[in-house]
Amino acid sequence: MSFSRVLSASIEGLSAEFVDVEADVSNGLPVFNMVGYLSSEVKEAGERVRTAIRNSGFEYPPKRTVINLSPAALRKRGASFDLPIAVSILISLGIVDPARVKSCLLAGELSLDGKVRKIPGVLPIVTEAEKCGVKYCIIPKENEAEGALTGNMEIIGVKDLAETVDFLQGKKRISPAVSKYVFREQKAEVDFADIRGQETVRRAAEIAVAGGHNLLLIGPPGSGKSMTARAVAGILPPIEKEESLEITKIYSVMDMLRPEAPMIVQRPFREVHHTVTRAALIGGGTVPRPGEISLAHGGVLFLDELTEYRKEILEMLRQPLESRCVEISRAYGKYRFPAGFMLVAAMNPCPCGCYPDMEKCKCTPAQIRAYLGKISMPFLDRIDLCTEAPRVGYEDLNGYQESESSAEIRRRVCLARDRQKERYRGTAIKINAELDVNDLKKYCRLGKRGQNLMEQAFNAMKLTARAYHKIIRTARTIADLEGEEEIRVSHLREAIGYRTVDSKYWGR
Amino acid sequence: MDRLYIQSDTEHRSLPLSREEMEYEYWFAGLQGLSAKKKYLLRKHMKTGRAIYYIEETQLKQMEFLTEKDRELLRAAAGQKIGNACEEAERRGIRFLPWFSEDYPGRLLELDDFPYALYVKGSLPKPAARTAAIVGARRCTPYGEKFAVEFGKTLAECGVEIISGLARGIDGMGQRGALMGGGRTFAVLGSGPDICYPREHIGLYMDILEQGGGVLSEYPPGSPPLPYHFPARNRIISGLSDAVLVMEAGEKSGSLITVDLALEQGRDVYALPGPVNSSLSQGCNRLIQQGAGLLMSPEILLKEWGITPHGEPGQEGKNKKVLESPEKLVYSCLGLYPKNIERISEETNLSQRELVGLLVSLELEGYAREVSKNYYVAAEGSLC
Repeated sequence: MSFSRVLSASIEGLSAEFVDVEADVSNGLPVFNMVGYLSSEVKEAGERVRTAIRNSGFEYPPKRTVINLSPAALRKRGASFDLPIAVSILISLGIVDPARVKSCLLAGELSLDGKVRKIPGVLPIVTEAEKCGVKYCIIPKENEAEGALTGNMEIIGVKDLAETVDFLQGKKRISPAVSKYVFREQKAEVDFADIRGQETVRRAAEIAVAGGHNLLLIGPPGSGKSMTARAVAGILPPIEKEESLEITKIYSVMDMLRPEAPMIVQRPFREVHHTVTRAALIGGGTVPRPGEISLAHGGVLFLDELTEYRKEILEMLRQPLESRCVEISRAYGKYRFPAGFMLVAAMNPCPCGCYPDMEKCKCTPAQIRAYLGKISMPFLDRIDLCTEAPRVGYEDLNGYQESESSAEIRRRVCLARDRQKERYRGTAIKINAELDVNDLKKYCRLGKRGQNLMEQAFNAMKLTARAYHKIIRTARTIADLEGEEEIRVSHLREAIGYRTVDSKYWGR
Repeated sequence: MDRLYIQSDTEHRSLPLSREEMEYEYWFAGLQGLSAKKKYLLRKHMKTGRAIYYIEETQLKQMEFLTEKDRELLRAAAGQKIGNACEEAERRGIRFLPWFSEDYPGRLLELDDFPYALYVKGSLPKPAARTAAIVGARRCTPYGEKFAVEFGKTLAECGVEIISGLARGIDGMGQRGALMGGGRTFAVLGSGPDICYPREHIGLYMDILEQGGGVLSEYPPGSPPLPYHFPARNRIISGLSDAVLVMEAGEKSGSLITVDLALEQGRDVYALPGPVNSSLSQGCNRLIQQGAGLLMSPEILLKEWGITPHGEPGQEGKNKKVLESPEKLVYSCLGLYPKNIERISEETNLSQRELVGLLVSLELEGYAREVSKNYYVAAEGSLC
């Protein structure tokens, strides 16, 4: 048998595309040709594969070898084709029975001594394989736990090429991998019990997390804004399996999973420094890869010192904040990455940080305006809750009064999320933050008094339509936290109180 | 006293001048680098602007008050072409008023260093009307803001014309108040009268003109707002006013320059007292200690001038509305200096959570104003 074909897959964006790996070994000059729109790392596979085959104890005869990866129009990248190429050559050489690799998918990188190395993107590949009726997958041992996450696929983890051949020849049995994972309680470096005072900040954080709303903290330096933001990670509700798989796929493609922790079991908390580039934040590159906003999917994206970010970086967040996903278009295709994150941002009220305390603040109105002007109104408009973190007093630092712990707050958050799940059962909505204008009409009816209040607020505070809807969404979450189905006037009032500072004094 | 020597100069005030003559005067008045005093003396010798333009070297040498630098400046300026700049300015609604013109404000001629000429957009204060200047800090607190508006409004309602500098903070608020009171107000600028500085006061600038007031400057149209223009324009602010009201001046405030000038010019000075611990009221409190008038209410000033205040003083109307009791409690603890929600909570014993809602309803009713996130001040009636 000189011709052979095995199945492998390549990662495009976040999904897997099947690739047939064909090998033909025939008489002729001993050359090794590889075709199929290959990037340079795939071209180099030839050298690795031939050496690995020889070093695994097989003889590589001086024959003409042609390797083709199809479909030919798809650009092949990465080192995951090493293993399928080696196996298909071995089939062509008659060492492995082709019947064994029918409806089997192979992926893995080879080192020169024949060892199989781990590769990124195993979870999306296995998921795609499962959908298309593949029976089992042979993947690197280090990736087997990740591959077994879907639960319905037989995953064979292999250490090296020799073991793979032994398995395929039926000489060795390898039991399919089983993945054990436990969803852990959300953990954060900071517990809310460690944060003294700051009642409004705690409350705003609780509301924001309960409904998945965006939160902006304003305060003087050293008032604990960053600390609070980090504590937010600890009150997020536990992650669910479906969500976890979605997030794990992103981390898998980005090669950010470790063999001992194959699954994302906690909601992500991504802190981004203000020097972040466009592609790192939003996603991109010549071959588009997900950015920080996708890595924060299902969790929190924290931007500290918001005014230090370049303006165009912040403006780019506007669209993903609305649509909860980001689309990156290239001449050859469009990539869609999920970006359902909750934004937590922190900033000072003025360059020196002391405004509006005129005794201490030494900034001129022009300076304050220029400082706040770095954040555009459309961006602010997308923030649901805004509050001030006041300077911490001495009594707060040394007070004996214990603050409420994160666990306690998380319990209430979970109850509120449960109410939301119950209400939106059978729809695509999961949390209040995802409600669109039509959903608001359906799920957030206001009473007569509520409507009057909102009308008054809309006119007096010159709200935009978006801000108006945000207030109602926030009020919905506050009602959920109180365990009430009806949105009351008191809920609306509180929501208005946490609205983003409006144009009247923003940058006055 | 000084007035006398001006009157002895009446022959120079012989107007009207021909269009062409006016262009020469406009050219001379607009010369930069020559002080108003020297310009005045030079014209007194030469009688007309045209004569100065065609001045001969021997004559120039005779003027002993001119330095060599001044002479050089005049020689260079004589090379400029006389166009129709004055006519052009007039077409754009800017009047050129040299000191000898009929409409030049008499109040300014009393000054030692009166501006050689004024460029005016709109009108000038009526000679018979009482005028008051409202000056103070640019970075002011809501306390100062409130009283600047209130004084401006009440005084304007009684026909007092308000003079100020269109600056941010107290100046602008005082003028805003005057407009609210339906009166006329005049802005003295540190730039040409056609340039609105600060830019964001363009609305105020237009409203001042619309309501019959005026914008004036001693700098020709198109002059930029240079830093050293501002102390100089302060003498015009105080010069045009019968009384100068200072609000929220810090220890080293620029408003204190205006006060010094006002005292030199023999104007009355009043200062708005403030809390002893507010650095922005230090200057004012010191002025009071040194004998400035204590600015307790606009009525005091009006009484001094023999004007009967009409209408009830503000306050009343609003408080008649009954507030619900926890809201009343919160309102009673709000002041004119921004208070953080945490402080309010300590003072009222209400939880911050409750307060967020209460403050929103106070704000919607117009009793409170959020000046920065979570910082509130009391407000009565809607401002801005």
